Amino acid sequence: MIKIQNLKKSFGTNEVLKDINLTIKPQEVVVVIGPSGSGKSTLLRCINLLESITGGHIYIEGKDITDKKNNLNKMREEVGMVFQQFNLFPHKTVIENIMLAPVKVRNVPAETARARGLELLRKVGLEEKAEAYPSSLSGGQKQRVAIARALAMEPKIMLFDEPTSALDPEVVGEVLEVMKQLAKEGMTMVVVTHEMGFAREVGDRVIFMDGGYIVEENEPIPLFENPQQERTQAFLSKVL
Amino acid sequence: MDFRFDIIAEYAPFLLKGTLLTIGLSLAGILIGTVLGLLIGLGKMVNNKLIALPFSLYITFFRGTPLFVQILLIHFGVVPAFLGHTNAVAAAILALSLNAAAYIAEIFRAGIQSIDRGQMEAARSLGMTHGQAMRHVILPQAFKRMIPPLGNEFIVLIKESSLAAVITAPEIMYWGRAMAGQYYKVWEPYLTAALIYLILTISLSFILSRLERRLKTE
Repeated sequence: MIKIQNLKKSFGTNEVLKDINLTIKPQEVVVVIGPSGSGKSTLLRCINLLESITGGHIYIEGKDITDKKNNLNKMREEVGMVFQQFNLFPHKTVIENIMLAPVKVRNVPAETARARGLELLRKVGLEEKAEAYPSSLSGGQKQRVAIARALAMEPKIMLFDEPTSALDPEVVGEVLEVMKQLAKEGMTMVVVTHEMGFAREVGDRVIFMDGGYIVEENEPIPLFENPQQERTQAFLSKVL
Repeated sequence: MDFRFDIIAEYAPFLLKGTLLTIGLSLAGILIGTVLGLLIGLGKMVNNKLIALPFSLYITFFRGTPLFVQILLIHFGVVPAFLGHTNAVAAAILALSLNAAAYIAEIFRAGIQSIDRGQMEAARSLGMTHGQAMRHVILPQAFKRMIPPLGNEFIVLIKESSLAAVITAPEIMYWGRAMAGQYYKVWEPYLTAALIYLILTISLSFILSRLERRLKTE
């Protein structure tokens, strides 16, 4: 579904991603862990080209998204993204946040988009907040709305960039619960997170990144219980 | 000191006409200046440095030289070059608009750049084009932040339109100076003019603060 080949990314002289090769299968949940500055968020942002890449190729369903000939906006419709800082549109209500892209990008009639939006809100447990503005929501609620907003475009892949890092501890659970549900329904997901419990429970595969490389990847249980690489061991001993 | 209300009464019709012209000059300056300012602000934000350069130079010139000098240049130089003769009202409108455009361009740019990067990223990640993201996500938020500095600029514009008196555009200060010259009086004409300007600027501030409150959703 996603195939990343020899991906390189530099910010000026600072090489953040050095040589990333990764394949993600349909319906797979891949969790990316690693110390801060390891390049995991950058990797995610490269997958829907929020960062222009320095070298290599990224294929989504066989199409090379780094090829200038391909319509990037069309590609991005297929890839949903959830941000650490939610990035809800503060001047729009919850339901308007969700309807905006389907109506403006896909030309879905407003009524249809609203009905579908309410359905998604029900799914994330926030139907009663449809007419509220984002500023009146808690962090956990904002993030659940952000997930619903991304789902409204019916993406084939969902990217999560540290979705719970900006949340108060007591609301982390409600967001992870929505993500678990999504994984159970068969959504292909790439999740950058520090929630090791989530990685272990929901991840089909865990990738450990450090210094711009993928250091180790494996199924969660072997990776957490029997890491092969020294750097993985050192990292896990600090966070577990 | 005897304050002569009778000469104020005598000049009242002229001052009223002058006030109307001041309002006209200011409104024209605001409208033309805003449209031009938006275009110039956008031009300056273009990534290509070569395209952005003329816009940048424009802003540097009109912010870096006195409006008084600009009015004289336009009245005695630019307008005659195009019309063959000069026209005080046209020159005043042109000078005020071009000057305001430079400030408004910077207000516009600052407004857009003050919006968190995440907003553009979220919009683009949903498949919106740059234009759609600007129109539906960035500009509505930037506009709200632009209202206070724009209001400030509009108030400055009303006051600076008084400089048009020196090129004989018959606005408030033109009649004020005429009255001062005829009766050798200082307080009557200039206090009256000050009062009229105050009424105009206070009314505008009032309208703007109402607008600001109405647009507040957060």
